[in-house]
Amino acid sequence: MAETIAAQQAAAQAPSEADIEALLDELNVSSESNLISVLQDVQARFGYLPAPALEEISRRTKIRLSRVYGVVSFYAQFYTEPHGRHMIRCCRGTACYVRGGQRVIDAVKAELGVEEEQTTQDMMFTLQTVACLGACALGPLMVVDSTYHGNMDPRKALRVLQMYQEDSG
Amino acid sequence: MSRIDSLQELDVRRQRLSQRKENALRTITLCGGTGCIALGLPQVYTAFEHEIQQRSIGDKIRLKRTGCHGFCEQGPVVVVLPERFFYPGVQVDDVPAIIEQTALQGKVIDDLCYTDPVSGCKVAYEHDVPFYNLQERLVFRHNGELDPTDLDDYIVRDGYRALAKALCEMSPEEVIEQVKLSELRGRGGAGFPTGLKWELCRQSPGDDKYLICNADEGDPGAFMDRSLLEGSPHAIIEGILVAAYAIGARKGIIYVRAEYPLAVRNVNITLQQAREAGLLGANILGSQFSFDISVHEGAGAFVCGEETALVASLEGMRGMPRPRPPFPTQSGYKGKPTNINNVETFANIPLIILNGQQWYRAIGTKGNRGTKIFALAGKVRNTGLVEVPMGTTLRQIIFDIGGGIPGDHEFKAAQMGGPSGGCVPAQYLDLPIDYDSLKEIGAIMGSGGLIVMDEATCMVDVARFFTDFVQEESCGKCTPCRVGTRRMLEILTAITRGEGRLADIDRLEQLGEMIKQTSLCGLGQTAPNPVLSTIRYFRPEYEAHIHDDKCPAGVCQELITYRIDPEVCTGCHLCVRNCPQNAIAGEPKQPHEIITDRCVKCGICHDVCKFGAVVIE
Repeated sequence: MAETIAAQQAAAQAPSEADIEALLDELNVSSESNLISVLQDVQARFGYLPAPALEEISRRTKIRLSRVYGVVSFYAQFYTEPHGRHMIRCCRGTACYVRGGQRVIDAVKAELGVEEEQTTQDMMFTLQTVACLGACALGPLMVVDSTYHGNMDPRKALRVLQMYQEDSG
Repeated sequence: MSRIDSLQELDVRRQRLSQRKENALRTITLCGGTGCIALGLPQVYTAFEHEIQQRSIGDKIRLKRTGCHGFCEQGPVVVVLPERFFYPGVQVDDVPAIIEQTALQGKVIDDLCYTDPVSGCKVAYEHDVPFYNLQERLVFRHNGELDPTDLDDYIVRDGYRALAKALCEMSPEEVIEQVKLSELRGRGGAGFPTGLKWELCRQSPGDDKYLICNADEGDPGAFMDRSLLEGSPHAIIEGILVAAYAIGARKGIIYVRAEYPLAVRNVNITLQQAREAGLLGANILGSQFSFDISVHEGAGAFVCGEETALVASLEGMRGMPRPRPPFPTQSGYKGKPTNINNVETFANIPLIILNGQQWYRAIGTKGNRGTKIFALAGKVRNTGLVEVPMGTTLRQIIFDIGGGIPGDHEFKAAQMGGPSGGCVPAQYLDLPIDYDSLKEIGAIMGSGGLIVMDEATCMVDVARFFTDFVQEESCGKCTPCRVGTRRMLEILTAITRGEGRLADIDRLEQLGEMIKQTSLCGLGQTAPNPVLSTIRYFRPEYEAHIHDDKCPAGVCQELITYRIDPEVCTGCHLCVRNCPQNAIAGEPKQPHEIITDRCVKCGICHDVCKFGAVVIE
């Protein structure tokens, strides 16, 4: 049941062919375009990189689809699947790590029942880990959407998650 | 904003700005860096705005959001000028008192003052806080003072005078000569002489040359470039412009991490301001020199800090390095001569040009001139950004400026240089640190990440952590790095699980040396450093994992168990309530017990126990 809901929501988020065409027209995508910039702009609009968009980008830039996917999979920033409503980014940088960051990540994974780069079935949360968020003084650090939650421990992290769950529930 | 078309016009503008009578009685500056924002600065700022408006004292009290003050641990940081009253950790409720007593009456509020963790004394003024007064803040000189998005605020502090001096009074060769004589070395990690790099690029044939500012600060634990771009973007732009003039570049690119949204925003704002003022674009300052800068947001790959990988990424491809030569100074972006410098390097340039190379050479040690910014973090009291002359000792940085290790813990090691660096043990606390001395002891300066570790840090686990990082970030092009780091990770993981074998330590050393010698780029050539340096200085800890199945630091989960000491436990029930696994049994007021089968070793009971009754064995 949960999976069907997730699938339905994902389908509802997927942009139509016309949306994709319109955006690529707007961005003036051609063989002159910088592939990474195009991918960044498309992801900024749709929240992820839908497969039909990548195919269309490949056609317009005349870059083979395999190479487009090569670039997409190379960089941490790009996603080929839609996110949950909230993006959780846990820092796994050194400063956070020596202060117990891994335990925070483990606690969040256990609570949500997902691994890194996965989305909960109810499409509420996507969990990501980031090499370093550059706010090492606040470690361990967890960023939800664009809000920074510093000095986390497993308990505090679970409380932060609860806050978002209640807000949406 | 009117254009500034000559050196004279810049001087006139600066003089006019400095003579502008400061009507305000006091200025309240708030640190606008990412750290302080995360700790609640926006709410505090709004509260100040509201309070000033309600009391209609906007003509007397100015409010200013500055760049990062560097003392991230103590955010949100508020400094009241001109006296420089220093209030750390300011909350919304403190705002009325600060307005009433400090801003209007000039009185210090004892309760809000900073307490020095070493002496236990209260400190009223910013310049008396040990964290600041032991530093030598040159590159950071404006960060806590100016509004980063206000061009005039920079111009009044001699902003763009170095550019004007270079354009009007010096030939490009003279600029290069000054930078060469200053002995400035690239602050991105490798420490290559900056002036020499510029000269090589200038001498490369071709009219189309590019200049790139590497702000892809991917080294986990380093955040000085973020802070500089957020807090002093005009100084970086000025440094880039001087470099562009020196090498004869027409176009510049700032390659910045997408994970730094505030830096991207501030840089874009300042670029626009500089363009409108005639400091960027065609005929800069009315001269023949034309140059423009665009911003490129990186897509998240550590290897893109490597020059040739960065160029590939800018061209829209996978960020994979290629063999050098040709070096980017000969053939870089779009096959044209390209000069790539780090953010902090550019930030040093206006200082050198304005004050002269002799002044600059007086700071630091031979062959290692100037200051270096360290990102001090980990198990240290005063985390934040620390700028000190080259040749300062670790002890001065960690204990005098950083306030030492919190709690009753002992210093164990400092990890320097991130995933390419190594762990420096206590025996080197008094070694003056610079590019060369660090290399000798198996670490590197790198970009200046400095993570302090105490005895509760397992060195094998740290080595595994970094190897995991480089293994994941390895681009996969060359075999030694792609396969070698993976093999190392497997061995290290086995050791941390108590499955290590005696020969593993030798194997790690052999593999490490091989990867160092045969990898294509800097990432692979330095990837084994964290492992090799921890084996070099902490071999007994590796042996304890292998021989005795013990993790002396109590970190490696497979080798530890949590137990409640019945003698110490008061039966307060706190751990029972907090255990996510319901793995603790016991009646209130009776000693509790951990049900080992259910325990997932999350450590929450250990954290919450107020009596230290939960022990790790």
